[in-house]
Amino acid sequence: MATAIGVAQQVDWDVPEQTGLWKDAWVRFRRNRLAVAGLVFVTVMIVVAIGARLPTTPGGLWHILHLTASPFEQDVTNSYALPSLQHPLGTDILGRDQLARIFYGASISLTIGIVVQFLILFIGGAIGMAAGYFGGWVDNLLMRFTDIMYAFPDLLLVLVFVAAFGPSFWSIFIALGLVYWVGLARLVRGQVLSIKEKEFVEAAIMTGTAPMKLILKHLLPNSLGPIIVTLTFGIPAAIFTEAALSFLGIGIRPPEPSWGVMIEDGYAGIFADPRQVIFPGIAVALTMLSFTFVGDGLRDALDPRMKR
Amino acid sequence: MPFARWIPQGRATNLTFFIIRRILWMIPVLFFVIVITFFLMHLAPGSPWDREGKQLSPEVIKNLNIKYGLNKPLWEQFYLYIWGIIHFDFGDSLRSPGQHVSDRILVSWPYTFTLGAVTFVLLVPIGIGLGVIAALRQNTLVDYIALGVATFSASTPNFVLGIFLIIVLALGLNSLTGGTFYLNTGGMSSPWNPFQPELIMPVITLGALPTAYIARLTRTSTLDTLRQDFVRTAWAKGLKARLVVLRHVLKNSLIPVVTALGPTFAFLVTGSFVVETVFSIPGIGRTFVTSIAARDYTMILGTTILFAVMIAIVNLIVDVLYVFIDPRVRLTG
Repeated sequence: MATAIGVAQQVDWDVPEQTGLWKDAWVRFRRNRLAVAGLVFVTVMIVVAIGARLPTTPGGLWHILHLTASPFEQDVTNSYALPSLQHPLGTDILGRDQLARIFYGASISLTIGIVVQFLILFIGGAIGMAAGYFGGWVDNLLMRFTDIMYAFPDLLLVLVFVAAFGPSFWSIFIALGLVYWVGLARLVRGQVLSIKEKEFVEAAIMTGTAPMKLILKHLLPNSLGPIIVTLTFGIPAAIFTEAALSFLGIGIRPPEPSWGVMIEDGYAGIFADPRQVIFPGIAVALTMLSFTFVGDGLRDALDPRMKR
Repeated sequence: MPFARWIPQGRATNLTFFIIRRILWMIPVLFFVIVITFFLMHLAPGSPWDREGKQLSPEVIKNLNIKYGLNKPLWEQFYLYIWGIIHFDFGDSLRSPGQHVSDRILVSWPYTFTLGAVTFVLLVPIGIGLGVIAALRQNTLVDYIALGVATFSASTPNFVLGIFLIIVLALGLNSLTGGTFYLNTGGMSSPWNPFQPELIMPVITLGALPTAYIARLTRTSTLDTLRQDFVRTAWAKGLKARLVVLRHVLKNSLIPVVTALGPTFAFLVTGSFVVETVFSIPGIGRTFVTSIAARDYTMILGTTILFAVMIAIVNLIVDVLYVFIDPRVRLTG
C-alpha cells in the first residue's frame, strides 16, 4: 500500500516539474542572442568536423563531395597561393589547402574540447561525490589533494603530464582529464553537501534508499545545472590548452593539422605570408568565444533564481 | 587551537598561528609536487638521450647514465635528489653539459621577472579602473565596450593575440613603427630595463587575459557594493560623488579582488611559457618549454619546483593580505 502511494506521488510530481525546468531553461536560453549565435556556430563547426573525419579516407566527406581539397595533399609548386575558388583560404608552404586543414583541425579541437569533458565529469564527479557524500576523513583527504592541485596553474600541470606521456593526441586527452577535474570536484562536493540537508533527501534516506540509488536518483539530477555550466566553460579552456601545447611543439605533431600546429607552422613563415596564422587564429578564437557565449547563456538559463 | 595560558589571546596571535600553519603546510605541498614530477619524469617512455636522426651509441648512453646517476635504482635517485635540494643543489642540466640547473635559471630569470613585473604593475590598475568605470556606468555604451573587450580578450588565445600584434604593428605598420616594437632576432635588448620598446607587445599579450579577469571581477564586486545600504546612506547624506566612490564603494569592492591576485600570478607564470615562445624571449618560461621538449629531467624538475615555491609564497601573501584588509575574515585552515 505504502509503495503504491509512493509511486503514484512520484508520477504526479516529478514529470511535469522536470519538463518544466528544461523547457523554461530553453526559453530563457533562446532570449540570449549571443548564446544562440554561439550555439549555431558551434553546431556548424561540429558538422564540419564530423564531415572532415567521417569516411576514414584522407580528406573525409568534404573532399569526397569536392567541396574542399585534401588536407594532406601537397603541391609544392603552388605554395603560399592566394585565396581562389579552388583554395578558398589559399595554401600553405607545402601547397596544402588551408580550408581543408582548418576543417580537419576543427575535428581535433572539438574532440579534445568536448569529449574530455566526459572524462572530467567522471573523475571530478566521482571525487566530489565521494568527498561530499562520505564526509569525515575521506572528505578531508580528497579536499586537501584537490587544494594542492588547485594551487597550481593548469597549463603547468598539463605540460608536466604531457612531458611524461610523450606528445600525442591521447596523452593530451588524458593530461587534460587529470588536470581539469579539480573545479568540478569542488562544485559537486558543495552541491552534494547542500542537497544532503534538503528534506527530500532526508526522506529518501529514511525510507531506506540505497546509497548508490540516492546518488544517481537524487543528488546527481539536482546538481545537473551547475555541472553542465562548468563543463561548458571547460570546453574553451581545453581547446585553448590543446592549441597552446601544439603551438609550443609539445602537443599534436605534424602532419596532423591541429589549429595549434597550423599556427606554429604559419608563425615560422610569418614574414612570407601572415595569412597562414590569421585563418587558424580566427578559427580558435571564434570557437572559444562561441563556447563562452553558450556557457554564459546556459548559466543564466539554468539558474532561475538569478534575475536579469 | 590549544592555547598555552601565557600566549596573549587575540587577533595578532591568531594571525601568527595562521601564518605558521600555512608555511608548514607548504612543506607537504612542495614534497607532493616533487614526488609527482620526479616519478612522472622517470617512468615516462623515452629518455633525455633520444636524438632526432642519428642516435647515440649504447656505450655512450651507458656512460651518460652512470655520469648522471640514472643507472641507480629509482628510489636511490629520488633520495639523492631530495638530499641535493635540501642543500640547494638542483643538479646538472642533462642537455646542456656542464651547466647547473640553478645557473641556467639565474640567467633566464631576469627576463621573466622584468616582463612579469611590468605586466603586473600595469594590469592591476587598468583592470580595476575598467571594472569600476563599467560598474558606475552600468548598461551604458562604456559598460558594454568594457565587457565586450574583456570577453574578447578572455577568448583569444594569448599566442594568437601576440602573433596578431606582430602582424599589425611590426608587419602592417612597419613603415610607421619601423623595427621599434620588435627585434628581428626576437627577444629583449636588455634583461632588466623595464622601459624598452620591445616589451610593449609581450606585455600586452601577457596582460590581456588577467586584465579582463580583474576587470570583470571588479565590475561584479562594485555592482554588489553599490547596492549596499551604507552606500545609499552615503548618497543620502549628500556626500560628494568622488568621496562616495573612493571611500565607501572602492574600499569595499576591492576586497574580493585581492583574492584574484593569486590566480593572476598563476596566469603570468603560464602566460610566460607562451609569450616568451612567441617573442623569443630567453626567460624561464621558454627554458621550461624547451626542457620539456628535450626531456631534460633535471631542468624540468628544477623549474617546476621554482614555480611551485613562487606560487605557494604568493598564495600565502595574498591570504595574509586578505586577513589584514578584511577584518571580517575568520582565521581557519
